[in-house]
Parts: sequence; C-alpha cells; structure tokens
Amino acid sequence: MNPNFLDFEQPIAELEAKIRELQFASDDAHVDVSDEIKGLQEKCDSLTRSIFQKLSSWQIAQLARHPQRPYTRHYIDTVFSDFDELHGDRAFADDRAIIGGIARLDGKPVVVIGHEKGRDTKEKIRRNFGMPRPEGYRKAKRLMELAERFGLPVITFIDTPGAYPGIGAEERGQSEAIARNLYVMAGLKVPIICTVIGEGGSGGALAIGVGDRVMMLEYSVYSVISPEGCASILYKSVEKASDAADAMGITSARLHKLGLVDRVVEEPTGGAHRDPALMAESLRRALVQELSSLDGLSAEALVAARHEKLRAYGQFTEA
Amino acid sequence: MSDDDTAKPVDRTPGSGRRMSWFERLIPARIGARNDDRSSDRGNVPEGLWIKCDNCGEVLYHAEMDRSQDVCTSCGSHMRIRARKRLERLLDANSGVEIGAEIAPVDILKFKDSKRYKDRLTQAQRDSGETDALVVMHGTLHGEPVVVAVFDFAFMAGSMGSVVGERFCRGCDYALAHELPFICFSASGGARMQEALFSLLQMGKTSSLLTRLGERRLPYISVLTDPTMGGVSASLAMLGDVIIAEPGARVGFAGPRVIEQTVREKLPEGFQSAEFLLEHGAIDLICDRRQMRDTLARLLAKLCDRVAPTGAQSPVNSANQNTAVSVDASSATAEDASVDHSAGAAADGPAGAPT
Repeated sequence: MNPNFLDFEQPIAELEAKIRELQFASDDAHVDVSDEIKGLQEKCDSLTRSIFQKLSSWQIAQLARHPQRPYTRHYIDTVFSDFDELHGDRAFADDRAIIGGIARLDGKPVVVIGHEKGRDTKEKIRRNFGMPRPEGYRKAKRLMELAERFGLPVITFIDTPGAYPGIGAEERGQSEAIARNLYVMAGLKVPIICTVIGEGGSGGALAIGVGDRVMMLEYSVYSVISPEGCASILYKSVEKASDAADAMGITSARLHKLGLVDRVVEEPTGGAHRDPALMAESLRRALVQELSSLDGLSAEALVAARHEKLRAYGQFTEA
Repeated sequence: MSDDDTAKPVDRTPGSGRRMSWFERLIPARIGARNDDRSSDRGNVPEGLWIKCDNCGEVLYHAEMDRSQDVCTSCGSHMRIRARKRLERLLDANSGVEIGAEIAPVDILKFKDSKRYKDRLTQAQRDSGETDALVVMHGTLHGEPVVVAVFDFAFMAGSMGSVVGERFCRGCDYALAHELPFICFSASGGARMQEALFSLLQMGKTSSLLTRLGERRLPYISVLTDPTMGGVSASLAMLGDVIIAEPGARVGFAGPRVIEQTVREKLPEGFQSAEFLLEHGAIDLICDRRQMRDTLARLLAKLCDRVAPTGAQSPVNSANQNTAVSVDASSATAEDASVDHSAGAAADGPAGAPT
C-alpha cells in the first residue's frame, strides 16, 4: 500500500510501480522492454480514466484533500510571476493560514489571496492546516482594499477545512471578521475571481469567496459543512460521511449544474496532483479568460452585476 | 455552520446553580428527592398557566411573564420568544405588515438524512405555524416607520436557507425603496445544512443588500438574541451599524462542543455570552428586552437626525455604564446579572409553586 495514494488510486499505484521496475530493468539489461512499458503505460492511463470516470462524491472529497494536491503556494509560483508577499492585519498578527500579496498575471498586476494548508508537518502547524483565525481574514480584507485603491483585480484561491474554531479566534471576533469580508467583497470596485482549488469549507471558505466569477477545479469540493460534520449532526454517525457528501452535492459538476459555480476547470487525468504543471497552465488560461471577460466594465456596472449574481442564489416557491 | 441547535442558554447568575424554593425546604427530603431532577418534573407544570425559568428554576406565573416580556422576574434571564410575539411587542399596535410571506421553501436537492428534508419542513411548519425561520414586517416604532426582520428559533433552529435569505433581502428592498431604517433580531443555529451550498451563499447574498443600505445611509441595527451562531453570526448579524445583544445571549461562530473538541480544554465561564462579547469589543451594548423598544427608537432618531420620540427618553438610571439596562421600578427583580441575590429572602419563589 502506497501511503501517497488513496484507496481507489492503489491499482494505479501498483501499475506505476511495475512500469518503474521495468524501466530499471531496461537500463541494466540489454533486453528491449520499451514495448511492454508502452503497453503498460497505456493500460495505466485507461485504468486511471475508468476509475476517475465514476468517482463518488466522497472519493472526490478525498481527492480535494489529497496529501499531494497542489496548494495555493504552487499556483502562486506557477500561474503568476513577480510575486511579493504582503503580511499581517496591522492589528494583531500575521496569520499564515492565508497567503496574500501582489503579483503579475499575464504581465498585469493583480492581488492574490489564498488559504495555504502547508505540506510537511512543521509547515502544516505553522499554517494551522489552512484554518484561518480572524487576523487572517482581516489581512485578506486589507489586501482587497489595497487592490481597490490601486485598481487591481483580486484573485483568490480557496482551500480550507474551515475557519479555526478556537477560543482566541472567538475572542477576537471570528464571526465579525468573516462577515466583514463578505460585506467588503460584495461592494469592492475591482474584479474578483474566486477559485476553489481543494476544500471549500463553509464560512471559512466563503470569507474569501464572494466574487464576479466563482470557479472550481474539477476535483475540488465546496460545502456548507464538511461531510463528516454533516454526518455526525444529521445522521448521528461520522461513518455516514459518504452519504452526507452525496446528499449535500459538494462536487464541481453538481454545483455547476445547480448554477452556484460559474466554471469548472478540468484537471489532468488522475487529478491535479498527478500533473501540477499542467493543472497550473489550465488554471492560468481560465483566469486570464475570465478576467478579460470583465474588462471594460465600469466599477458601478461591475458591482451591480455582482449584486445581481448574489441575489439570484436561492431556491424557493412564490405563491 | 454550528451544531448548536440544542444549545442551552448560559447560566447567567453566578453561584445560582439551583436554589431551593420554600416548599422544597419544608417537605421531607425523601419526598423531595423525587423532585430533584429538574428536567423530569417539567411535565407536572400545567401548560399555559405557569412557566419555569430554565436558568434559575423559578416557577413563574404566565400573565406576569407576559408583562415582563418573558424575562424571568426572578433572575432576569431572557427566555427565547417566538418571532411574531416579538414583532407584536416591538411595533406600535396594529402597525405591522408582513413582507415576503408569499415565499415558501422547496427541497431542491431532494435532501435526505435520517428524514427527508421535505418531511422536516412539513413537520416544522405544522409545529411552529410558520412557513420558514424568518418573519419580516414593516410598521412603526414610536410612530416612525421601520422594517424589522425577526428569526424564529422554533423553526428548524432558526437556520438560514434560501427563504430566510430572500425574505431578509426583500425587507432590505422595502427599506431601500421607502428610505427606512432596518432592524434584524437574530436567533439561529447557523446555515441550514439541508439546503447545503444554497444556504452558505445566503451569507453573501444578505451581506450584499446591507452594503446598499450603507451606501444610502439607511441605519441597520442588528440585535443578537439567544442563540446566534455559525453562518448567521458570520454574516448579517455582525454587520450592524449598531449591534445590540440581549443579556446572556449566546453568540459566536463555532459551537462550544466543536471548540472543546478542537482545543481539548474546558471553555472559560461565560464564553460566547453577550457579556463576553461586550468585554471583547465585539458589540456596542447589551440591552434588557423591556427597554429594547425605547432604546431602538432613541438610536434610530439620532442616526436619522430626528428628535427623540416622546416616551422613549433615556433611562433615568444610567449608573450601569456598560449596558442600557435600567432597573424598572415596577419590577424590583430585574437586577443586573452580577447581583447575587440567592441568599436573600426575596429569592424565594412565588407562593404555591405547584408540584
């Protein structure tokens, strides 16, 4: 069992291990195994495709949290150039669960803000597993206001289990910090494009998720509560997380169909973590396209359209 | 999102624990023991005539509680009240006209957990008599027109789904169209899980309407009542130009159980209470329910640059600087929560507590 692969990825892991063995062998011996390798490679690709064609919502949730899934930092380094990180909320602390700064997208300056989970254990702790405290949201707000002042578009990347549920976070006004960001983003006079790149966990995600375009990477998820949380409250058992994931409709395909997400960015075969560079390139193209579609709108028209978009969220009957 | 739909109000009376009534002291311990479990003898109280205070256990006469607006006349605890009751007490008599009653919930996701959402809705509608968890009205307050939205915690824990979001927005629409101030009383466990992402997005939707009230300089006053948690707390409830809380209300983002599980330590006493929020600078003031009507009218008059309405003058007793609570002379028991009166003779309940 390869710990870097999820349960349902194990058959792929095994085939890949075989291919690597053969490659080794072909280096040593004078036997030509390139045909076998090619055959196995094709088999591996079709196996991956067939596994990924019928993923359940719960499996997609696991992919969204895959230990090797690219995080915000990866996209900052590959999608953008010339990134300068800006720190702190000017009041209490610099929350490393959120990264922010100014960079260039296709040569044009933009403000980038995203949750960052951190890769190794030390980094995860430093970044609090991507769970921001109020100062993280206030840093994000400060950067958005900076963007507005200098007319720069805002690009956000969402990837968090949720806002941190801690004593200090409550004392410093977690609710207010999130609420204030919703308010500021609803009225911000520059374009905002939000992309869920992994886990879109509840209010902690939405706090940097109000924008003119909301995109999701194919195998990311976005929900009001984690499947486990929903299962433990409504089904009285965490074991039912898979059922909860289905019931809530947390996948990009479902949310796109429901009209809650504007665009789904396709992932490489086997998911973003199998080819992070290709993923970054698709994401870059999508961002550039969406941003240019907002070009030439006056600030008033932009905000009016955003309000209309927000207002349309919801399903009810009217007598 | 909060798991707080079963949250009990925090204990507001230091050292109160539970006090013996005069009756319990008289009867032999053996018989009295049967009454020891406070929750099990709830069924013995005749419906409609007597109310028991969840906080101090005092048995209170219904008519008197109605006069005190369901504030315990013994310990000052603010009981949860229904949305229509609150509107009826808040607005000038017969001035309220409902907004958005024509909107009703649908189960777009065909959501099913242990029960179908559709069935939960039907059940909640039958039990509560409401079609969803928010009631919005325009009417007058001390003669001045206002729009007021009130959450009904009795309807699926006041959870916010599409209907709550849309009714809130229609209330804002009305305020914008008629240039009126907007008031919201929140009481909610958070976003409604059964509407999944639709619920979450109501947070952004309601916040966007509030930006327009702000642009037009129309005051928005948010009143936090017990409990205001999760997605409601992290959106419309915390965005008031002025934020008021009822004494003892539990207000926060994450539910106490979730926090305890995360940080693995016991939460400090009074954590997430209105008083805790005031102390940490999160809200403007705490106001006793019985003074709420006058306080709102006074604040709005100043924000709208009008003269104060007659009958809504500042409380004479302003000794308590932290809060707008003033001691109502007619109700000698509405002490500040910090007054420990458990030792006093006055703490004994009204005579003839039924058993």
